[in-house]
Amino acid sequence: MNSRRWFSGTLSETGLHPSILVVAIFLLAYPGFTSDFFTFQIGAYSLILATIALSLMMLAGYGGMISLAQLTVAGLAGYLIAILGDNSVGVMGLGWPWWLTVIVAISIAALFSAFIGAISVRTEGIYTIMITLAIAVAFFYFVRQNYTIFNGFTGFAGVEPPNLFGVYWRSPVPFYYLCLTIAAISLGAVFYISRSTFGLSLQAIRDNPRRMRSLGFNVAFHRIFAYFLSGLIAGTAGVLLVWFNGRISPGSIGVDVVIDILVIAVVGGLRHPIGPFLGAIAFVLLENFAIDLIDRERFNTVIGLAFLLIVLYSPDGLLGLWNRLREKLRSAKADRLALNGGNKVDASSYESLDNP
Amino acid sequence: MRRFIEQHTFWSIVALLFVAILLWLIFAVWPDWLVDILGRKKTFVNTLLNGLTLGGLYFLVASGFTLIFGLMRNVNLAHGSMYLLGAYIGYEVAEASGSWFLGLAVAFLAIGASGMLMQTLVFRRMEGDDIRQTMVTIAISIIVADLMLAIWTGTTYQFAPPEWLFGAAQLPIVSVIKSSGDMVYIKYPIYRLAVFFAAVAVGIALWLFLNRTRIGMMIRAGVNDRDMLSASGVNVQLVFVLVFGIGAGLAGFAGVVGGTALSISPGEDVRYLLASLIVVIVGGLGSVPGAAIGALLIGLAEQFGLAYFPTYGVVLTFLIMVLVLAIRPQGLMGGREVKR
Repeated sequence: MNSRRWFSGTLSETGLHPSILVVAIFLLAYPGFTSDFFTFQIGAYSLILATIALSLMMLAGYGGMISLAQLTVAGLAGYLIAILGDNSVGVMGLGWPWWLTVIVAISIAALFSAFIGAISVRTEGIYTIMITLAIAVAFFYFVRQNYTIFNGFTGFAGVEPPNLFGVYWRSPVPFYYLCLTIAAISLGAVFYISRSTFGLSLQAIRDNPRRMRSLGFNVAFHRIFAYFLSGLIAGTAGVLLVWFNGRISPGSIGVDVVIDILVIAVVGGLRHPIGPFLGAIAFVLLENFAIDLIDRERFNTVIGLAFLLIVLYSPDGLLGLWNRLREKLRSAKADRLALNGGNKVDASSYESLDNP
Repeated sequence: MRRFIEQHTFWSIVALLFVAILLWLIFAVWPDWLVDILGRKKTFVNTLLNGLTLGGLYFLVASGFTLIFGLMRNVNLAHGSMYLLGAYIGYEVAEASGSWFLGLAVAFLAIGASGMLMQTLVFRRMEGDDIRQTMVTIAISIIVADLMLAIWTGTTYQFAPPEWLFGAAQLPIVSVIKSSGDMVYIKYPIYRLAVFFAAVAVGIALWLFLNRTRIGMMIRAGVNDRDMLSASGVNVQLVFVLVFGIGAGLAGFAGVVGGTALSISPGEDVRYLLASLIVVIVGGLGSVPGAAIGALLIGLAEQFGLAYFPTYGVVLTFLIMVLVLAIRPQGLMGGREVKR
């Protein structure tokens, strides 16, 4: 197999749906008509969580591997930023230049992700969930115990993005655009990967690993490489996350947060890269405004119930719900058109693009 | 046994040597050079006993987990929550009635019943869709953890074992011989020894139940081939409910036992979930003997890690898991995946 042809794919989108343009313009103009709170705490935060969940969606949706360690990968990148760069705690903080820190942090996170992939690659389905969950929890306990490198329970504070081009990147509007750019690039990358030779073979492996193996594909390598790519995305989001919070501690990578990422991805929908973004927006809005509905303390019950309902009644998440609704409307419309002698509308417009 | 020695002579010798060294380490009075390397003997023996006790506790938790998985392919990620809920319920009952054993029994029954409810109300509806079942257990664990926090708050609870299990026993193990010639024996809490023996008893009972009773036979048949069992006229759903009840009940039982040995606080659910996960990954999913071996390994690794290299203790546990996955992805005692 020629490795150079791995990433030959196409980004040409015939018939860009007008709604995509509307959403893009809305997102670009978003800071213009909202307060700093909505730009930073809602907008930027949703985008970061969505990017981490996107890395999970890529693994789960295209590779069939539900990894609960994506936040752990992101957390490792965040920790490395604090360890290699500057922090205000006085432990570690090697003071490397920001660009080197970022590059090293993301690469190590991606390698760590590949390592997780290598550990869990020989197993499938629920085994992957179990192993990655075990890794995530073990990492949580490790950073909490370890004081020499990870500063134990307290973690690190005072982690700042660099002051570049005279802009303070942690102020809401620039940070929002930074997150938007990263999220858009990641989304584009996942789209591209899903249509590249590699992505198509990955999806084929998801559907029938045995057949792909007998066709001469290196199943394990494809999977590990998928972990590596998703680690790049998760690691980048992890850097943003530590800049967003300005601090990182074992609590930031605890099991509840690990599960939150899974909830976001599943609630949004694991079949399409847009799913995690829907899920993240719903999650962050609920997190911030559930206080008005119920006691803030009981937020987890609400999230758990929402998750339970989605898993029970719509395994495809919000996206699945939306698609079903649309199909219903369309068939109703088609029925009406059929009465008037019209044509039925093609319901699966994006699915046909998956197989060029 | 004899056939094993004939077939694997080398490994038998290694195992015998290992056991001999271990016995010597436990019973001999340590010479000075050994103390220089490993530290005081008391630390070593205590760590060993702590490891065994913790292993016993982990076995109690993980055996239910692995039993449920073996039959239903259901990774019950709410197992840790069941442990903690069992501990809280047992605590309340024991406080109200003054009887620790009543607390233990009620915790077993209550959590067992909740497991049966979960099986009939939720999992039966999505049979065969194991990923979705796992997701549901995650959702349940989120909700239950939050509700427990609401009811019992973040306080740490500790409850006392019955009188006769209280205090420390003097073991027939000499730690040092004083210059006056007096021998100093090692003392260890009776309750913790009881935990270990309780785990052994539960293990034997489970083994007898699975291998010597009719229902056990059905369960084993179900583990091997669920469809065939159902085709031969057994009400599989009933077996499922029973196994889920026993598995969940064991988690509640372990909650009271573990809550007495250590303490009860929020976050313990995650700890025991992690323990169950690693124990069954190492031991092999669905295998009760595997859970026993895995639990011992992980319990010992955790305690020795904690005693001898504190900040890297978890790494040891993690390394064991990675090593097992690299060599035997199905776990030490795990059989081959049943083809369906």
